[in-house]
This record gives sequence, structure tokens and C-alpha cells, in this order.
Amino acid sequence: MTVKKLFALFCAAALLPAALIAQQPSPAPSQTAPGQEVDEEVVGNLDNDARIAIPAFATNADVATQTSAGTTSALGLSLASVIYGDLRNNGLFKPVGPGSLPRPALAQIQTPDFPGWQGRGTDMLLQGYVRAEADGNLTVGCYLYDVSLGQQLAKAGWTVPPGEWRRAAHKCADLAYSRLSGENPFFDSRIAYIAETGPKGHRMKRLAVMDSDGANHTYLTTGQSTALTPRYSPDYSKILYLSYFNGSPRIYVYDLASKSQKLLLQSVNPLFAPRWSPDGRSILYSMAIAGNTDIYKMPSSGGASVKLTNSPGIDIGGSFSPDGKRIVFESDRSGSQQVYVMDADGGNQKRISFFGGRAATPEWSPRGDQIAFTHVAGNFRIAVMDPSGGNMHYLTDSWQDEAPTWAPNGRVIQFFRTARNSGQTGVWQVDLTGKNERKLATPGDGADPAWGPLRP
Amino acid sequence: MKTQTVPGSALIAALASALVLSACSHKAPKVLPPDPGGSVSTDTTGTNTGAPTPGSQLDFAAQLMGQDTVYFDTDQYNIDAADQQALAAQAAWLAKYPAKRATIQGHTDERGTREYNLALGERRANAAKNYLVSLGVDASRLTTQTFGKDQPVALESNEEAWAKNRRAVTITID
Repeated sequence: MTVKKLFALFCAAALLPAALIAQQPSPAPSQTAPGQEVDEEVVGNLDNDARIAIPAFATNADVATQTSAGTTSALGLSLASVIYGDLRNNGLFKPVGPGSLPRPALAQIQTPDFPGWQGRGTDMLLQGYVRAEADGNLTVGCYLYDVSLGQQLAKAGWTVPPGEWRRAAHKCADLAYSRLSGENPFFDSRIAYIAETGPKGHRMKRLAVMDSDGANHTYLTTGQSTALTPRYSPDYSKILYLSYFNGSPRIYVYDLASKSQKLLLQSVNPLFAPRWSPDGRSILYSMAIAGNTDIYKMPSSGGASVKLTNSPGIDIGGSFSPDGKRIVFESDRSGSQQVYVMDADGGNQKRISFFGGRAATPEWSPRGDQIAFTHVAGNFRIAVMDPSGGNMHYLTDSWQDEAPTWAPNGRVIQFFRTARNSGQTGVWQVDLTGKNERKLATPGDGADPAWGPLRP
Repeated sequence: MKTQTVPGSALIAALASALVLSACSHKAPKVLPPDPGGSVSTDTTGTNTGAPTPGSQLDFAAQLMGQDTVYFDTDQYNIDAADQQALAAQAAWLAKYPAKRATIQGHTDERGTREYNLALGERRANAAKNYLVSLGVDASRLTTQTFGKDQPVALESNEEAWAKNRRAVTITID
């Protein structure tokens, strides 16, 4: 399942975050040591109109593959198309896809025709090759060039099983995105969400998972029992979600490898809002006892729970800061839903939302710098604020947007949007400028998205 | 309180002086909402055979004439005078059939976030349960459930529909 890194070379001036640095020896003298902290530095004058050409990937021989894409030549086109899909709609690039570009020959992948690309008005060139290995695996090389400087900016390669060819494309898109923006990568990640079908009063709600671009979509539950509010474990091995058992909401742990599930804990009381700690060792959940809901913490391996809140109102949800030391949650102890922060042991509970209206479903950014939440004042809108409650601003403006979830790099948010009257739902994505908003392509309606971490 | 135009204390006083069903009938749908589903069995096979079997869920629904459901204001879970009447009628039926158990299903309107609404539905179901217990129904006969905003009976997106969906429905267990 893991992507094997073949090589990764980066020009010395700008370095990728440690997560993408090659773990294997590389001939490059400028190679950064694995795990070494590097400053993110943006080189060049990239603006919103930076044109990045993504031609179809070359191949050494057009042979059959075990992928859905077809032969290596067809796969080369598909790889570029996936990368193009990743890089558009995020406000940083103006990518040109393989459909309107000539396909370079294999020899040109490492020696691009810079004058030719300059003549096309291209600023950046992202290209590569695909090669079918004897064992059925695929090797994908990815190269990023600054066309006007005539210089290679980054390159990397991966060997993937045929069923995971899209991951190589996402890794290549991540390489270009992080090298050019200075932000951490995020495309090679997965989303858990609730797939919805049926009429408003009788919706079927199934647990489903997909890649960050909506591909590789899989249903995990049949829909016989309603599923709600999933959360991927930090290592992608499990999903916590809510379902009904004997008419009462219960928290299930779904194991992705064995495709089996079990109850998180036995309780006669309704359970809600399961959450992982960043290290995966703890789980937060909320439990209602006789009309009073509070937040609890338990080891993910099982064991005794600790009650973190003790107000007579509804305390629910919870999202850890990236260092695991604090938790942001919502409570109506003041009379309406508002956002509070507490220490991970429940101490120092303090309200941070003071903007009028209600503030709900807080989620701490993986970067730690912001908290996304649902602001309710008439309409339901996605907003962000800093962890002290300052600098609140809206990212969306619709009738009912709720439940933000962060991309692994803390720079993009997904949420779900409900349509007035019809009740139709969809998973949407917006960047932190609020300007680049789009609906994800899901087979049916979608709600409760939960973005997992960057895959290794 | 449920009525939007009348302050709570005033309505309680008015209802206390004249405990008439019709005084607040505008707030409740006349037609019994459909069974929201789930694990509770409601026998509908006997509808053509005349009067429902005394002590059955069908009998409960027929006798209560809509008072098997109580309604709430936005974000609220308090039991107002109309709710007290409905719950008193429920308690009277339950007193007549002391072997019967019941579950109370709490619901919200769609204008809330999902997890909070699940907790709010639970809180509403418990408010109804607690009032039934205060009227002498043994707590061990009553269970609660919450469906949050997932099972609306009125499907439009307006105040009238939302008022019908903010509810706690009592269903007896056959």
C-alpha cells in the first residue's frame, strides 16, 4: 500500500517539507537529510496567473498495464489529467491540461524544449514519464521546471502498484504545489464522508471514502442503518463514526483492513461526536445522560474514560490542537452554541467566540494557527478565527453550510452544503481566501466530510 | 414556549385559566405524524378490522389524537402548558395499561448543526420523559431516543415546517 520513493532531488534554493524528502540514498549533492527541518521558502514571483503546463506523461514503451487507465501511453495522459485536476481551482495556478498540449518524447522529460514552451507562454512545466515494470508495478517520474529560467526546480519518482497509480499523480501535484506555493502538500489524502440518497424525510446515509479529488470512491456500509459523522484515524487504519443500534446512536470503530467494525464502548446512553487525538492514542466522545451532554476522553486501545466537561448544558464535539495539548469544543452553557477551548485534561475552559449568533462545530487547523467553525446568524456559514477568537472571517455565504474539515496542510477546507427545501446535500471545498469554492463530484449527495492526513 | 407572538408566562396563565384543547391546537399538526421508523414496532395490520385493540400502540395513537407529540420552540426543550396537557393525556393512557412501556423520540428542525441537534433531540425526549415521571409514570417504563434533524415530518424549509419538526413523539411498545 505504500508508495516507494525512488529518488527526490530538489534545487538547493527551495526545499520541500520533510514529509516528501526521499528516504533512499540519492546521488544529488543537495539532498536534504530525511526528517531534517527546512524552512519553507518561496522562490520566484508566482502570482495567481502563473501558467503551468502539464502535458501527457511520456513512456519508454506503450504496453498494457493492470490499471483502469489502460496502456502506459493512456496512463501517461491520465496521470497528467489527475495532476491538472488537482492544481486547478485552488487559486495558485492557471494550469493547462494535457488535452491542449503536445506530449513530450521520453528524452525531453529531462531536457525540455524550453524555447518551445516559452513560445507557448508557459511559466512552469510539470511533466514526467511512466514505465511498466516486469512485476506489474508502475514507475512514475515527475519533473518541475521554471520555463523562463530554463531551470529544473524539483523532481521525484515513485513505484506504485497498478491500483494506486493515481497516488503517483497526487504526489506529483503535491511536489509542484508545495515547491511553488511554499505550503505543505495535501493532494495525496483521503476523505471519509456520508453518502446520502433518497427523499428528505427518509434519507439513506452510508459511510463512504474517497480520494481527495473524489476518485476511488467506496461505500463501507449498506445504508440499512444510518451512518453519521465519520473521522479517519491519523494512520488511516480505522474510521470512527456514528450509527444507530436499537434506536440509539452508538460509536463504531470500522477497521479498514479487515472491513469489520465494533462498538467503541458499551453504554445505555446516547453517544455522539467521536474524535481522534492527533497521535491516535486517545478518542473524544460526547455522551448524553438524562438530557445533559458532556465530553469524555478514553484511550483508543480501550479503558477507562475521563469526563472533561461538567456543565449542565450541551457540551459536544471537540478537536485537538496539533500538539495535542488543547481541545476546542462547543457548548451552550451560555444559552446558545458557542466555541470554547480547554486543556486536554479538561482544565481552563474558556469561551472564545463572541461575535453574536451561534458558533458551532469547531475544528483546529493541522497547522494550529486557525479554528474553522460554523457560524449561525440567519444563514449557516463556514468561518475561521484564530485560537483566541480573533480575526474571525467568513469563507462561504450560502443558506446552510456546516461542519468544516481541514486539508492536511491547513490551507483548504471541505464542508457540506444543504439546499433549502429539497434538503439535498453536497461536499464542497473552499480555500482560505474564500474565493476558490467548488463542489466535489460524488456519486450522490454527500455530507459530514472528514479529511484524513497526508499519506506517507 | 411555542407560540411566537405570546410571551411565555402570559400563555401559561391563559391556559391555566382555561385548559381547553383548542386554545393551542394551532401549533400541532392535526394528523398524526408517521412513525419515524427504527426498531420500534407499530402494528398497522389491524386498521381495517374496526377499533384498535385496547392497550395497543394503535389504540394509544387513536386515543391521543395528536397528543402523542409535544412541540418545542427553536433551541428550547421546556415543557409548556400545551405540552403538559398532552403529556397528562399520555400519562392517563399509560396508567390505564400499567404493563405497557413506551419510548420517547426527540427531534429537531433542520436549522441546526448535526451533532448539536442529536444532543438537543435527546434533551427534548428527556424533558418529556421527566414530565411523565412527575405525573406518576414509572421511569423504568420509559426510554428515550434521539434522531436530531434526520427524520423531519414536514419537508419544507420554513417556520411552519420547522415548528412541526421540533418535537418529541411518544410511541408505546407493543
